[in-house]
Amino acid sequence: MNSVSLNTLKVGEQAFVDSLDFHASNRRRMQDIGLVDGTKVECLRKAACGDPVAYLIRGAVIALRNEDASKIFVIKQ
Amino acid sequence: MGLTVGSTGTKSMDTGLNIQKKNSNDLLIALGGNPNVGKSTVFNALTGMKQHTGNWPGKTVTNACGVHSRNGRNFILVDLPGTYSLFAHSAEEEVARDFICFGSADATVLVCDATCLERNLNLVLQTIEITPYTVVCINLLDEAKRKGINIDLKKLQQLLGVPVVGTNARKQEGLKELIDAVEKVCSAKIQNTAPIEYPSAIEEAVKPIESEIKHFDNLTVSPRWAALRIIEGDSSIIKKLYAEQSENKNIKASTYQAQKTLNRFGYDENTVRDKIAKAIVLKAEDIARSCCSQSADKKKSLDRKLDKLFMGRGGIPTMLLLLVFIFWLTITGANYPSQLLSNMFALLGEKLLWLFESINAPDWLTGALIDGVYRVLTWVVAVMLPPMAIFFPLFTLLEDFGYLPRVAFNLDHSFQKAGACGKQALTMWLVYF
Repeated sequence: MNSVSLNTLKVGEQAFVDSLDFHASNRRRMQDIGLVDGTKVECLRKAACGDPVAYLIRGAVIALRNEDASKIFVIKQ
Repeated sequence: MGLTVGSTGTKSMDTGLNIQKKNSNDLLIALGGNPNVGKSTVFNALTGMKQHTGNWPGKTVTNACGVHSRNGRNFILVDLPGTYSLFAHSAEEEVARDFICFGSADATVLVCDATCLERNLNLVLQTIEITPYTVVCINLLDEAKRKGINIDLKKLQQLLGVPVVGTNARKQEGLKELIDAVEKVCSAKIQNTAPIEYPSAIEEAVKPIESEIKHFDNLTVSPRWAALRIIEGDSSIIKKLYAEQSENKNIKASTYQAQKTLNRFGYDENTVRDKIAKAIVLKAEDIARSCCSQSADKKKSLDRKLDKLFMGRGGIPTMLLLLVFIFWLTITGANYPSQLLSNMFALLGEKLLWLFESINAPDWLTGALIDGVYRVLTWVVAVMLPPMAIFFPLFTLLEDFGYLPRVAFNLDHSFQKAGACGKQALTMWLVYF
């Protein structure tokens, strides 16, 4: 299965985290909001201009900018 | 508690680390938690202080300190900045972590949002790993109930190995039980009963360092936690630990040994960090899954529908309409009380003028006090007070509905282009006003 960037998800789609292209403290920050490999992420809605995007991560709604979401790789169901 | 020179200005900024107890049986309690979980509400309810609470992150950047007294015993509460993690990558997290590690608090209270337990447990697990002298306060229980979320507090307590108390701080519910639990924790000699388990490579590497650190004097953090930070290569914590135990040869030797163990398993520093982060997140998931149950979910679907209105394509027009409506309400609504106030002040002014004339006050005094001070002051009050008394409650209402973070979400893109972020939109609203 190929992994894609999280920001390619359409509203309503779900995927599982595969890897993170973040380093040092930013990596930890992403892990702390629950983005470890295998975590289910659902794309909830996009802001009017498509950025940022709200994701459902482990029961919390979290907005990520596309700039950051593009560094999160996920595997679609 | 009034404002003093000491409590304001630069002195009030970083007093967090050296708070003094008045009596020897006073207890120093750190109050931590994720942003936006009602932590400041708990703090205010306990201390009777009016610290501003707000629905956006970063309200409490530096520590605030207050006192709760009961049966002649003072509980000195330190309100830590809200954080999601204790792995110091921002100023707030570093303040919070350093206070929990080295602030010599007798206990730490962690406030959690019952509507979103799993996310909050990450911080809880990290803190319990540092010190078992922790009480978990599950706040916003009523809101969780409304959302159909049920939390088994007894089971949570059993799984975490530390006392768990449910509260509704806004209604002052459960606070007495919370303080009871805190007092009990402080007087007990406790050990971490449910440590987080890491992959065997990490467990094996940690052991030799842990047993060296156990010999340190005045240990304020759990040896296991310190050992984990050392194999992770967290240099800031190593410095803080070594500051007291200057260059320790045994630690160096056992760190070297740990490194060899990790190499044998093919772990580098980054793998260790990833595995540790993952183990905590997965444990939080595990605990949340076995303690929370979700029944019918009516409110959530309503929430989502409202979100569609406020955050979808129509989000920005809706926001502008709302903003215009609020400004209209503020400006036209303020006219009436403004008129009333200025009439009243004018009447009072005439009386004052008459008083000054009757005591034959010199012209310069009448001019300075009545025309200068009185007129200017009353004019400002009459013009400024009514709009503020209307605008700020409305703003608070929007805050309570959770609308403000959604505004930030809508506007982030435009603000990003200006090198700012969506949260600053709220500041601009206020400035414009």
